[in-house]
Amino acid sequence: MDNSLIHPNLPAFAGVGYKPQHFADIRRNAAPVAWLEIHAENYMGDGGRPLAQLRALAQDFAISVHGVGLSIGGDAPLDIDHLARLKTLCDWLQPASFSEHLAWSTHDGAFLNDLLPLPYTQTTLARVCEHIDLLQTTLGRQMLLENPSTYLAFAETTMSEADFLAQIVRRTGCGLLLDVNNVYISSVNQATDPDDYLHSFPLHAVGEIHLGGHEADTGDHGAPLLIDSHSRAVADAVWKLYRHTIDLAGAKPTLIEWDNDVPEWPVLQSEATLVEQILAPARAGQSAQGAAA
Amino acid sequence: MNSAEFIAALLDPAAPLPQGLIDPQGRAAPLRFDVFRNNVTLGLIRVLEAGFPATRALVGDAFFAAMAGEYARACPPQTRIMMLYGHDFADFIAQFPPAASLGYLPDVARLEQAIRHSYHAADAVSIDPLVFTTLTEADLQSLRLRFAPAVQIVASPWPILGIWAANMRGAAPPQMVAEAVIVMRPDFDPMPSLLPQHSLETVQALIAGAELGAALNLATGPFDLGELLKLLLTGGAIVGIDHDDR
Repeated sequence: MDNSLIHPNLPAFAGVGYKPQHFADIRRNAAPVAWLEIHAENYMGDGGRPLAQLRALAQDFAISVHGVGLSIGGDAPLDIDHLARLKTLCDWLQPASFSEHLAWSTHDGAFLNDLLPLPYTQTTLARVCEHIDLLQTTLGRQMLLENPSTYLAFAETTMSEADFLAQIVRRTGCGLLLDVNNVYISSVNQATDPDDYLHSFPLHAVGEIHLGGHEADTGDHGAPLLIDSHSRAVADAVWKLYRHTIDLAGAKPTLIEWDNDVPEWPVLQSEATLVEQILAPARAGQSAQGAAA
Repeated sequence: MNSAEFIAALLDPAAPLPQGLIDPQGRAAPLRFDVFRNNVTLGLIRVLEAGFPATRALVGDAFFAAMAGEYARACPPQTRIMMLYGHDFADFIAQFPPAASLGYLPDVARLEQAIRHSYHAADAVSIDPLVFTTLTEADLQSLRLRFAPAVQIVASPWPILGIWAANMRGAAPPQMVAEAVIVMRPDFDPMPSLLPQHSLETVQALIAGAELGAALNLATGPFDLGELLKLLLTGGAIVGIDHDDR
């Protein structure tokens, strides 16, 4: 795919995952939230309020479409009907960005509505690339692929996640959605260093960043186990890792994800304000650099 | 990784863990796998909680979660669109032994499924009520009505709308009578309403495309046609009319 398409249209500002209960609040006062992300599958009904709200919001905000049901990491071929539904949505909405997950969720017609993990091998790499090629060709646009939060490892894995993603970018021309909360969760769960992950991650391909909350639990053998719950504020350790990410990568469109126990709109505005405190200086630095060059 | 084995283990807590799943030290990691088991079941229970709030209120949170969890494991989604998941949840409830004493529960769930379907149905422009004033008696006999995609009918030997309203809107408990409900969507909010007594068969025939004269012959007793038409027009249920002799 043409690498000139790699630059996303989402603004390098704070965005928030859209929840219908916030519609009126957002119309009244969204600041500092500059863009919204929706889950594609929630807008695949025939009509009614969800689509009407989305049409209205798309007048005022850049929209990111985030798919949760394509099963790009699955061992079966992509579902052609679902691809067609994604294309229909992207065709009428013309979103600023489309993203999906490095995960799988279907087998034999059953859809588990969760993001399941895959081993990183040459076989799975080839299959994921095939699926992304088909998706990008069908949609006629570049997609961003999101790094997962991992709880387990696979004995059969032969390469690191960052290498796996870098090879996907090289082979398919897709971009990446870097979920910094997922990086942190995986680093605790896999007993690795999140800074090492960031340094080996293909940051040049990042078109969007996700931040969200997690819960702490205890796993096998008494080891700490973090759960990606999207149910609370972003943790301090994740903010620290995010600051480091922006230092390395520059200002990137950054989303606050809060999907469970969703708070009132002002709480999300506060989280977005924290994002802006980190993004605004990075944007200023970049434009100063640009002016000097 | 064998995904069939992985999914079987996700849906059955008694199934053996898939091979080759390890923790950072290379040891077996059953608690880590349980994260996925919990996420899958809990995620599907949440979908059903959102879709069937009155059913949930009737049985309580814990009973509903247990029932929805059994349904999720027995009938995992065959769709990727969660607004569609649970279309046969009512049938499952009807066969769920612990709910057997609550005879009305499956029909309340059917009403909630109809409301959910109506909420997401295609938008449609309803007709101008004045059209009816231009019709002759002969026109009326051969009249066929076209209904909005959001229109749904649920009939029950139980007072399902009364039970629904008592749980969702704090209405007084209903009398134990049969109820036939039409769900219409005048704008974005589905409006469940009682059909006039004896009009159910007529309305079902009209929705199936019968002429008004023939549909009226199916009525199980006398009812006020004007009242029925007013209800349908108020709910935005009629999007077009056709009649033969013009």
